[in-house]
Amino acid sequence: MTTLDIRGLRLRLPGAARPVLDGVDLSVDASETVALVGESGSGKSLTSRTVLRLLPKGAATEGRVEVAGDDVLTMNAKQLRKLRTQTAAMVFQDPRAAINPLRRIGDFLTESARLNKLMTAAEADTRAVELLDAVGLSADLMRRYPGQLSGGMLQRVMIAAALMGDPRLLLADEPTTALDVTSQAEVVTLLADLRERFGTGLLFVTHDLGLAAAISDRVYVMYAGRIVETGPSESIFARPRHPYTRALLASTPSLDTPQGRLTAIDGQPPDLRQELHGCPFAPRCPLATEVCTTEAPQSTSAPGEPAHTAACHHADRLAREAADV
Amino acid sequence: MSDLLLDVSGLSRTFGDVHAVDDVSFTLAEGGSLGIVGESGSGKTTTARIIVGLDRADAGTVRVHGAEQTGTARGRAARLARARRIQMVFQDPYLSLDPRTSVHDVLRETLRLHFPGTDHAARIRELLDQVGLGTRAADARPRELSGGQRQRVAIARALAVEPAILVLDEAVAALDVSVQAQILNLLADIREQTRVGYLFITHDLGVVRCVTDDVIVMRRGRIVESGATARVLEAPEHPYTQLLLASVPRPGWDPRAIGAARRALAEAESAGAEAGGAKRPAAV
Repeated sequence: MTTLDIRGLRLRLPGAARPVLDGVDLSVDASETVALVGESGSGKSLTSRTVLRLLPKGAATEGRVEVAGDDVLTMNAKQLRKLRTQTAAMVFQDPRAAINPLRRIGDFLTESARLNKLMTAAEADTRAVELLDAVGLSADLMRRYPGQLSGGMLQRVMIAAALMGDPRLLLADEPTTALDVTSQAEVVTLLADLRERFGTGLLFVTHDLGLAAAISDRVYVMYAGRIVETGPSESIFARPRHPYTRALLASTPSLDTPQGRLTAIDGQPPDLRQELHGCPFAPRCPLATEVCTTEAPQSTSAPGEPAHTAACHHADRLAREAADV
Repeated sequence: MSDLLLDVSGLSRTFGDVHAVDDVSFTLAEGGSLGIVGESGSGKTTTARIIVGLDRADAGTVRVHGAEQTGTARGRAARLARARRIQMVFQDPYLSLDPRTSVHDVLRETLRLHFPGTDHAARIRELLDQVGLGTRAADARPRELSGGQRQRVAIARALAVEPAILVLDEAVAALDVSVQAQILNLLADIREQTRVGYLFITHDLGVVRCVTDDVIVMRRGRIVESGATARVLEAPEHPYTQLLLASVPRPGWDPRAIGAARRALAEAESAGAEAGGAKRPAAV
């Protein structure tokens, strides 16, 4: 069962010379964890926000974004409200920026359910206490204020709030980036538990490749508004088929790399004011040839692995090189 | 004269009844690179701020080349002299650069303050070149630059006074990995060329592994483990260092076990603290 299905999503913004999202295809099944990785400006947050139609001003969209079978881009106000309160929910990076510091935690958790008349105030309270328990927090937090909680606790409150409407899809945009590494592990455990218990599909947006490898079933790698590579996470991290994915992995300092120089990617991602011809990564790519600057590469599957695709003219060459090393 | 570049001894700082920094001692050799790792509330940033002179210590000394840094530098000359010994690069270059001042003027201002009456134009070109910025970037204001370029400007400004020590407080944490790699490589090159010593404050053990010779691990104001980076990361002795290492996400990672280890450590410590007395910053 497909919880989220994005097909050919194109998003244009006023003042940008090219689409900010350019033909994005992405899907999340029920009970599946999918990571969307990329650097700032790649369009990964914009993609996840489009799922709730939280679009910047003046944005024009093409394509389809279906959540549980309904196209988000053509919804009316009432349907959209139902989508945002009951079908899909989002957990943001900074819990302190997403919560009113002057209202009690209990108010915050039950507000949406009460205002949308999904349940009575008493039922909402009961549900909120249940969810606090599910995220490992005690019921007396209901009467506390956000300022009295640590960042890790508050992020768990945000996750509990996201689950109030029993969403089919949870969008998590860098939910652990603001947390310490040891609390990150706790939040990740929590998300995995909830996915198992409620069958929620999870789209995890992150810039952290190690984290994506550790928690996700499948991965999408974005660059300049396009999905450049996707596949099962073991396969992507062990045998990247796109030079950008390989370069990202090489430039991440890890515990296994010895002291010394990292393999940096020279240059900058393409500017939005610039039109793109051919492959967006070509100017920074060590494998680029003439065809890369003229013709946009289509996604092709790895031999014997139909689910692992990369949009690169030289994907097979890269795979052969990796095999030789 | 000591051949040690930086000698920190018995540093303590309390805020109310919380020991933010508690009897912290370490040394940094000439041209060396020391990492300070820890989570929020570990006291790593307070330690850095005391060393730079942005905060004062309740007890303990900070010596650079054997000369003690006074707790509060009184007067303009003393403050400038301290700035020439130690410079700091902050996490967010957008907040630490004046949005209305061009890159060229930022550097000229610093040079004028410290070296009045010398030829600044040549030195500015040299600094821009050293951090890999072109002359086009020199006329730009901070908002016209990318995050990586802004951090290069912050590094150029810190290097302008030819400091003996550069304190880098999460200086690459806000950057994308591809840009972070460029900046880490740049810092490695600069250390080779200038023999400046680095104090690298970070929560990222991968970064520590990459750019430091030695490392100290801080927790709740205290140093729990210290030693050569390779040794500490390969054979950590303290349970907290072990927990930090286990927390780094990788394939086959077990977040559940980390959560359990974290709670076990917190319980063991709170049992110890009740017997011990003084209050520490609460665990998150």
